[in-house]
Amino acid sequence: MSLLTLRGVGKRFSSGTQALSDLSFQVSNEEFVSLLGPSGCGKSTALRLIAGLIAPDSGEIIWSGARPELAFVFQEATLMPWADALTNARLPLDLKKVPRGEANSQAAAALARLGLKGFESAYPRELSGGMKMRVSIARALAARPRLLLMDEPFAALDEITRVGLNDDLLTLAREDGITVIFVTHSVMESAYLSSRVLVMSPRPGRIKAEIALPPGPRDRLSPAFAAGQARVAGALLAVA
Amino acid sequence: MKRFVDILLPLLLGASLLGFWEWFVAARQIPPYVLPAPSAIARAFSDNFTSLMASLLATLSVTVQAFLAALVAGVSVAILFSQSRLAERALYPYAVILQVTPVVAIAPLMLIWIGFDRVNAALVLIAALVAFFPILSNTTLGLKSADFNLMELMRLYGASRWQILWRLQLPTALPYLLGACRIAGGLALIGAVVAEFVAGSGTATGLAWRIVEAGNRLEIATMFAALGLLAFLGVAIFALLSAVEFWLLRRWHESALARQS
Repeated sequence: MSLLTLRGVGKRFSSGTQALSDLSFQVSNEEFVSLLGPSGCGKSTALRLIAGLIAPDSGEIIWSGARPELAFVFQEATLMPWADALTNARLPLDLKKVPRGEANSQAAAALARLGLKGFESAYPRELSGGMKMRVSIARALAARPRLLLMDEPFAALDEITRVGLNDDLLTLAREDGITVIFVTHSVMESAYLSSRVLVMSPRPGRIKAEIALPPGPRDRLSPAFAAGQARVAGALLAVA
Repeated sequence: MKRFVDILLPLLLGASLLGFWEWFVAARQIPPYVLPAPSAIARAFSDNFTSLMASLLATLSVTVQAFLAALVAGVSVAILFSQSRLAERALYPYAVILQVTPVVAIAPLMLIWIGFDRVNAALVLIAALVAFFPILSNTTLGLKSADFNLMELMRLYGASRWQILWRLQLPTALPYLLGACRIAGGLALIGAVVAEFVAGSGTATGLAWRIVEAGNRLEIATMFAALGLLAFLGVAIFALLSAVEFWLLRRWHESALARQS
C-alpha cells in the first residue's frame, strides 16, 4: 500500500540553484527505500521536502491518508551537548509535553534497544561517534515514527561501526514496521539495506534508475549480494 | 608541587616588592604625602577600618545592583532581538550609540535627571549602562549560534518558538552569556567608581569617593588603602563569576573540560 507519492516535485533555492526538477517516486508502507546519488544531487533537499521543512516550488507531495508521525536522523548525531543521553532521546516526547515519567521510560527503552543501557546519564562528549549516532536513532525511535527519514546517517562513521549500525537499523525498522527513506552515497550500504534503490542524477536532481532488490536478509559475502550491489553500481555509473 | 609554586611564587614576589617599597621610602626619606610606606598604609587601613568597610559595602552594593540590572536588561533585549529581526534592526544602532558614548560624559546628565536626592539610583543606572552592552551583544550572538539542524528537528517535532528558545537557544547562549558576565562584572565596578567620582563629595559614600576625599586631604595612605580594597573587590568579583561559569559548564562545555591526554 502506498504511503506517499512525489509527483513532478521541483525546488529552486533563493541562490538560483535548481536543486530538484521533476522528481517523482512512490514509497510503500514498511518499505526501505534508498536515495542514492553523487554529492549535490538534491537527495537531502528531497528529504527536507518530505519532512515538510521546506515547500516545493512545483509538483506535489501526496500522502495516502494523514501525514504519518515522522522522525529525522542527520549525518551528524546533532545532540544537545548540555544534556545527557536520556534527555537527548526524550526530546521529541518533551516537545509533545508527554508526562516526564512516561517520557523517561520510553526514552530509556529506546536507548536500550540501541544497546545503550547503562549510558542514560552519559553526556555526548563522553560517547564515541557510533554511540552518539545510536543516541540520535534512539531519539528518532522514541517519537514512535511511522516514517523515518535518514540523511547519510552513517557517512562519518568507520566501516565496522557502520556495518553494526546497518544491521541494528534493519532489525529495528522491521520490528516496528517503520517505513525508511534512506539517503546515502554508498553503493554497498544501499544494496545491503534497501528493498528498492532510487538512483538520482546530479543537479538538478531527478530519478534516473530504479533497482528492486530481492527481499532480505542478506549476506554481505554471498554472490547474490555481490550481484545486487553490481546492479546498483552499474546504475550509478550510468548516471555519472 | 605545581600548585604550591603557582601560589607561593606570586606571594614571594609580592612580599619582596613590599619589602623593597618599605626600605626605599625609609632610605630616601620620601614624604608620606607623595608615597606612604606599606606599613603606613596598613596603619591607615586599620585606623579607618569601620568607615572603609562601610564604603566597600556601598560600592559593592551599587556594583551588584548594576550588574543584576544589566544582566536582566541585556538578556531580555537579546531575547527580544532573537525573536524579532525587526526589533533588532530598529534598536541595535541605539545600543551601539549607548555603548560608544563615554559614560563619564552621560553621568552628569543622569545625576541631574534622577536627582541628587536619589543618588544611589543614579549610580546604579550609570554603572548598569557600562555593563549592559557586553551582555547584550554576547547573548544575542549566542542565541543566534544554535545548531541549525537541531532547530529544524525541533520544528519537525512541532516545537513552539518558546520551546526552541528555552530548550535550544538559551542553553546554546549560556557559555556566551557567562563569558560576558565576567567582563560585565568588572565593568559594573568601573562604572560604579566613575559614577561616584562624578557624583562628587557629600552625596556618595563609596570607595571612589573616599579616594577623592582622601586625596583632597592629602591622606595618601588612606587613598592607597581604599585603592587596595577596590582592586580586591574587582578580583573577588572576577573570581566569583569565573567559579559560577565553571560550575555551570563543567559537565559539557569545551572550556570547562580538561583535555584527556
